[in-house]
Amino acid sequence: MTPTRRRLTFIGLGFLSLLVASALALTAFEDTLVFFYSPSDIKEKSINTDKQIRIGGLVKNGSLRKSKDGITVRFEVTDLNHSIPAIYRGSLPDLFRENQGVVAEGHLSKGIFRAKTILAKHDENYMPKEVADSLKKAGKWKGGNKN
Amino acid sequence: MIAELGHFALILALVMATVQTVVPLLGAHRSNTVLMEIGKPSAIAQFFAILFAFCALTNAYITSDFSVANVAENSHSLKPLLYKISGVWGNHEGSMVLWVLILALFGFTVAVFGKNLPPTLRARVLGIQGSIGVAFLAFVITTSNPFLRLNPAPLDGRDLNPLLQDPGLAFHPPMLYLGYVGFSITFSFAIAALIEGNIGPAWARWVRPWALLAWTSLTAGITLGSWWAYYELGWGGWWYWDPVENASFMPWLVGTAFLHSAIVVEKRDALKSWTILLAILAFTLSLMGTFLVRSGVLTSVHAFAVDPERGLFILAILAFFVGGAFILFAIRAPKMALGGLFQPISREGGLVMNNLLLSVATATVFLGTLYPLFLDATTGQKVSVGPPFFNATFIPIMIPLLLLMAIGPMLSWKQGDLASAMSRLWVAAICSGGLGILFWLLNSDKPFTPIIGFAIAGWLGGGALKELADRVLLFRIPLINSLLRARGLPRSAYGMTLAHLGIAIFVCGASADSAWRSEVVFNAKEKDQTEIAGFNLKLQKVDRLKGPNYESERAHILVTKGSKIIANLYPERRFYPVQQMLTTEATIYSTVMADLYATIGEGDKRKGWVLRIWYNPLIPWIWLGCLLMVLGGIISLTDRRLRIGAPEKRVRNYKTAELGAEHG
Repeated sequence: MTPTRRRLTFIGLGFLSLLVASALALTAFEDTLVFFYSPSDIKEKSINTDKQIRIGGLVKNGSLRKSKDGITVRFEVTDLNHSIPAIYRGSLPDLFRENQGVVAEGHLSKGIFRAKTILAKHDENYMPKEVADSLKKAGKWKGGNKN
Repeated sequence: MIAELGHFALILALVMATVQTVVPLLGAHRSNTVLMEIGKPSAIAQFFAILFAFCALTNAYITSDFSVANVAENSHSLKPLLYKISGVWGNHEGSMVLWVLILALFGFTVAVFGKNLPPTLRARVLGIQGSIGVAFLAFVITTSNPFLRLNPAPLDGRDLNPLLQDPGLAFHPPMLYLGYVGFSITFSFAIAALIEGNIGPAWARWVRPWALLAWTSLTAGITLGSWWAYYELGWGGWWYWDPVENASFMPWLVGTAFLHSAIVVEKRDALKSWTILLAILAFTLSLMGTFLVRSGVLTSVHAFAVDPERGLFILAILAFFVGGAFILFAIRAPKMALGGLFQPISREGGLVMNNLLLSVATATVFLGTLYPLFLDATTGQKVSVGPPFFNATFIPIMIPLLLLMAIGPMLSWKQGDLASAMSRLWVAAICSGGLGILFWLLNSDKPFTPIIGFAIAGWLGGGALKELADRVLLFRIPLINSLLRARGLPRSAYGMTLAHLGIAIFVCGASADSAWRSEVVFNAKEKDQTEIAGFNLKLQKVDRLKGPNYESERAHILVTKGSKIIANLYPERRFYPVQQMLTTEATIYSTVMADLYATIGEGDKRKGWVLRIWYNPLIPWIWLGCLLMVLGGIISLTDRRLRIGAPEKRVRNYKTAELGAEHG
């Protein structure tokens, strides 16, 4: 086998594997990309999808309720313009509190957000970037220039 | 005073690094031995200056000198000593000092142990390494000085984030940096070789010990990080495809490819420009990781407190080194002499496939990590790319790689015989079937997909062992002769077998955990109980305790199976008053076959507490597999031929050489 042919074989193989990888990535993107929405996005653009999405905002003051079984919680996610009721079953992250930022992943069903996971955060001062941005968009951002 | 000396030492180090960059490169260019030799003392001096600065900072932490702003922000007088020390690298400024310290350490090792390197190559390697030092020292001094004073000094510090107060995290960053900063030296070797326009088997042999050291440390660092995330975060999982995890995983993938392609350069003098390219890429990805973590473009568990100025600075460094490296590569690579020829089906061919698959896998991880940033920047649309994406792309690429891993080492150099390799792999086929069936019988009620993982792992593990057995002609000659042969095998052969076995064991653990884990969340008052995977768990009581710098609620859970007491679990929920922070301390009961993992959430005596229990099958195999890979790396490092001081002409063992047993 000549050097040129050897080189061509490997370049061909390289392209083939890149092609396969791109095909894999593109199909995976279709099914697995999780979009982020703020409560206003959902209300205003009347987003209604049964796909997995993320929503983020603040846990509305006075909205947190724990049900009798002790592990199902209801709360509202707000960007201070609109709010979306959410329900979650499971153990909450340590810093989950009213008036604190939250990001949840799950799906919408009849206007209620059914959260599968509540993303944990680790620091009192930390505000998820998405939440900060959506508060800024809603004109309600009061924090400094953090993040 | 000591802090000021530390600051001064950093500036001195910058001066030394500048000398180390300019003088030896100039010397090598003009073939001036005196100038070239300056590289050595300046690299040593730079290392000791940074070491001094690092010790000065550590001293400020140990003595709780809160007049130093960095200490006041990240330490507290009540913190245990270990965490005072690990607090040094638990923040941006301090960890950057550790970063440059390790950078200088690699330059130092080349200066001290590189006696047998040709003087021009050594001068150039030191020069390039010095230039990276200049860039990062300038970064530390101008944007991230850890020695700034506070006036007046506060009475006590703000404490370290409690999540970081953990033994796993105390050692994770140093190991990780040793790994990914370690790829700076392979980068320097690659650039030096490009400048010289000369790369061959000798080059590959020289660069190998450093590449192995970096790879081994990176493996250990990633493992420690993953282990920390597993038991400290209390989320029950060990890998989240978090952008920052990916940032350390990409250099690992490319570094692994580099280790393999460098073998081809060493043995067959082929794949030279490709190997250089991988060396450049590995360090590029390391720098990119540094940028992603410290610029604040990503939101992640690991993100440091950030400001955009720092991000820009690192981006500039990245652009300079990567841009320069690629321009040099584009000019020089086409001029490299073509190396040894080989057929597609051969050891070389197998290693090329390894490289191709690892590179493509890296590309998918890269895409998944950066796509959200790209989309946010171009359309403002916010998305997240989570584990489902990586499972759908990364794993299908890994499967052929794992299958080929058993076959490749069976092929001979230049021209291999696939049929004979496959016929030698009958053991692997039996292991594959055996392991698959065994675990299917044990878990017939559970999802089937992990069985594929077991079959692949059996194939790989069996193949790795068979390859070693063939080398010593096990059962074909008297056992005693086989043992003699085993003694004569190069250490790197054992290193390879161990590392490949480690991957096999890791694959078992990861497959089982991905589909067979189970989880119970329940609200428990004292004396309440629940069941998981045949275990009975009963909440005995919850106590309030006081630690050195925290208060905690600790549950006592009794685990029984039938009438037998299996274990007592004590998950905790801690409150750190200084940082006003709550943390979950998981408790894990570990056996060879599974982990029982429990956390306690919010609650009180009247309403009960939220308990979360996981049954994670085969998790310990993940750690064991990684440990074997690290061990394989260490054993390879002790191989005789890698000792730079060893004579050039290797004393070959006649018998093993005859078997074509030279190996990486």
